[in-house]
Amino acid sequence: MSLSKIAIIDYGMGNLRSVQNALIQIGAASEIVSQPETVYKYSKIILPGVGAFNEAVANLNRLGMTEALTEAKDSGVSVLGICLGMQLMCRSSEEDGFHQGFGWIDASVQRFPDQAEIKVPHIGWNDLTLRYPHYLVAGLPIHPDVYFVHSYRVKCADPTDVLATCNYGEDFTAMFARENVMGIQFHPEKSQDIGLRILKNFVEHVTC
Amino acid sequence: MLKKRLIAVLILRDGKVVQSVRFKHTNVIHYDAVHAMEAFNKWAVDEIVILNVSRESASRDEFADIVARISSQCFVPLAAGGWIDNEDYAQKLLRSGADKLVINTALADAPALVSRLALRYGQQCIVASMDVKRDASGWPQIAVDRGSRIIDVAPEVWARKAVALGAGEILFNSIDHDGARKGYDIESIRKVCEAVPVPVIAFGGVFTWDHLVEGINAGASAVAAANQFHYTEQSTRKAKTHLAKAGVLVRQQGQSLSTAKIA
Repeated sequence: MSLSKIAIIDYGMGNLRSVQNALIQIGAASEIVSQPETVYKYSKIILPGVGAFNEAVANLNRLGMTEALTEAKDSGVSVLGICLGMQLMCRSSEEDGFHQGFGWIDASVQRFPDQAEIKVPHIGWNDLTLRYPHYLVAGLPIHPDVYFVHSYRVKCADPTDVLATCNYGEDFTAMFARENVMGIQFHPEKSQDIGLRILKNFVEHVTC
Repeated sequence: MLKKRLIAVLILRDGKVVQSVRFKHTNVIHYDAVHAMEAFNKWAVDEIVILNVSRESASRDEFADIVARISSQCFVPLAAGGWIDNEDYAQKLLRSGADKLVINTALADAPALVSRLALRYGQQCIVASMDVKRDASGWPQIAVDRGSRIIDVAPEVWARKAVALGAGEILFNSIDHDGARKGYDIESIRKVCEAVPVPVIAFGGVFTWDHLVEGINAGASAVAAANQFHYTEQSTRKAKTHLAKAGVLVRQQGQSLSTAKIA
């Protein structure tokens, strides 16, 4: 209930427990939130998620969660999308057809192209290239290894949104940030010390 | 660049971590699986696989409890399997903190279940586990149901079937090589790697760290061991150092953060 708590949005997809375990490890209080009418109570929101894009959008819309999240975002609440959560913040996705996302970031979500030597899904530890200083990546080494598992990747229309890239057959967006909207394609909750540091940076950042 | 992964496998029978030799489990290594996991977490292992090889399906709930306890301390990916023969139990394991489901016997007995799980949770969530056993004349075949039932099909054919059902990864194991300390079944692993577009995890038979290098050279995206990691201090760290010296790209250990240790 308190403003210092982090909301982890539950919309029936993905491993919320891993995210919550990571927050416990860094000493941050969090609650799993599935009621859209309570979203306004939190000063920071994490939108995790694993699974199919269109099913996620359908669930969020049905629950009234898309609207609640957009209101929170518009009021200045920091929202961090992880994996599918990041992709949902984009304009659209080409996963199983064409589907609208929240449209918070001008980006589309597309599958990695078929190439020899490039197995899809992209599974495993890969290194980031950080594009500019940002509180989310404060204290990290230059090329930190983090854990990815995904078949689709985000293509940002505005290169200034791209906070970190990773190379897998091509350079793709591993993190984006635009004001209070942030997205992470990898799993910080599964990227050991590096990932915990990113979550700690998100949790402890003081917004004015 | 994508790194090759080093994976520690915990074999659990009736809630205890056991040594596995040709799929027989006579020696208990750890009475508490969380202790084993804590060491791996510190030793730069890239992923944990935890398998319930108990003979009784009633072991399911206790195993899910162990997965929950382990996941609270596990900040690398965690794959869990054993006795996944219905959607409710699959969901229970995921809710307990597993990131991936390891499916073996259901590939033969409940292929529709595998597809449903892949559709529901995504193919990255489904690890197809295949246990290979060679017949008297040396032909590799597939064994399911904890190695008790033989299916006369070549490993690479089985792997393709698993991917068609929705598996996003293959965990290759060999019953003949399990605990035999002679390295992986390299020939079969190479064929499986060539047959499928998804990552293959080599498992079964590691005794020296060179065996890990052989698995990577055969085309595996990740190399796994169980017994061998329990017996040496800092085992996974040593294994990684060896892989790096052999020219295999692995995740750097203990990448230093510029500030004090977290939490």
